[in-house]
Amino acid sequence: MRNRLNYIVPVALGIAVLAFWQWAVTHYQVPRFVLPAPSAIARSFVDDHAQLAAATWTTFRIVIEAFVLALITGVALAILFAQSRIVELALYPYAVILQVTPIVAIAPLLILWVGYENIDRALLILAWIVAFFPILANTTLGLRSADRNLIDLFRLYGASRWQILWKLQLPGALPYLLGAMKISGGLALIGAVVAEFAAGTGTATGLGWTITEAGNRLHIETMFAALAILSILGVAIFFLLSALEWALLHRWHESAISGQE
Amino acid sequence: MSAVVNLSNISKTFDSGTQAITSLDLDVRDGEFLSLVGPSGCGKSTALRIVAGLIAPTTGSVTWPGGKPEIGFVFQEPTLMPWRTALDNARLPLELKGVPRADAEARSKQALARVGLGEFGQAYPRELSGGMKMRVSIARAIAAEPKLLLMDEPFAALDELTRQALNDDLLKLAREDGITVIFVTHSVYESAYLSDRVVVMTPRPGRIAADIAIAQPSGRTAAYRLTPQFSEAAGKISSALGHAMAV
Repeated sequence: MRNRLNYIVPVALGIAVLAFWQWAVTHYQVPRFVLPAPSAIARSFVDDHAQLAAATWTTFRIVIEAFVLALITGVALAILFAQSRIVELALYPYAVILQVTPIVAIAPLLILWVGYENIDRALLILAWIVAFFPILANTTLGLRSADRNLIDLFRLYGASRWQILWKLQLPGALPYLLGAMKISGGLALIGAVVAEFAAGTGTATGLGWTITEAGNRLHIETMFAALAILSILGVAIFFLLSALEWALLHRWHESAISGQE
Repeated sequence: MSAVVNLSNISKTFDSGTQAITSLDLDVRDGEFLSLVGPSGCGKSTALRIVAGLIAPTTGSVTWPGGKPEIGFVFQEPTLMPWRTALDNARLPLELKGVPRADAEARSKQALARVGLGEFGQAYPRELSGGMKMRVSIARAIAAEPKLLLMDEPFAALDELTRQALNDDLLKLAREDGITVIFVTHSVYESAYLSDRVVVMTPRPGRIAADIAIAQPSGRTAAYRLTPQFSEAAGKISSALGHAMAV
């Protein structure tokens, strides 16, 4: 019963807000270029579906690529950090600098370097920069959090470094990594869109560009449509990663205990 | 009686400057149940880790007259891997030693059955009680068929009833397999119940304050706790401990 309420309540609220929105816009005759009615936005989905689909695909591809790249490089570097204190001391400050420097500020320079003809690659790198750090930081923490006594036990039975990493540290870091993936998935999306804004119009063709373009031409309903797609993408990424987390952790991890077994 | 391990003039000073043990001499005899008793922080655990080879002593030497035997280690916490089932936890030592999986599985299943958890092989640690987790930990230690079992206050966190049950099971296992046990505890009664010999240590830096032999009644059971011999042994250990603390 409570489970069903979890869906019914927010959906009911959403429908109520949309209905009020539709009524208010019609009743007060709000201009289309200030606030379009939900029905106008829905029409934009149909009318501009080719453009929106292409833009969604472009953005989606960059997000996925950046996320996978962040996952691979973040975990690889974290493993390296866990193996060698020197490497960590040398590289960690630079990873932090990369993280704290605003992406919007790096974007113009990076696009200049990579070239406007390779704008997709520049967007990929920018989204990767944003998504990479949480994976690195959390996985490093997870790898370091292995139970000291268990490490001793592994050593007692003559385990190699590789065995300790593979059988003890990596499984132990999994909850940390999965938590970071949920953050990074969202950040990759934000990074991709922000990078598109920074790249300006006419070069990129993703959802960020669609929003800028539609704004310039006062197609506010198209802006809303692109925004809605971005939200849906973000939510979808979050749910997919939450499902993955549940699938991998629910048998054993404390976080997955719902208390209703 | 032959010695399994000789500790000679062992001392350990940590990098922090803390001196944990100083000039410790100890011979552990084959097949005996030896308890190390002392106040918290007297270097009992450090001594155990030195025997296991997990840390190196600052001075002194550890020698194995009959060669270094297979060693099992049980910590104060169950120290299980939460992502592995009870069976897969118990299988770890055999797995790390490269024992073929089917064989390792059969042997760890048997170890689990011997600690009374034959039915719980597929359970994850979070589904088990504290006492059951400790049983898995013991099963893991005996799965590799050790000749020497090192136990670092293994039952300190358990309730009294569970603790007594585990004491009896441990005695039985050690006797059946002829395992030599070094058992660290700060419970006088536990050491009096379990041990053939109790070594009392001083506060830090740890030294041996007393070495007490406990007369072995055959088939030690719960009833032994009510006998005068038990009270006498506990009394001896207790007064030696009080003496050690006062020095």
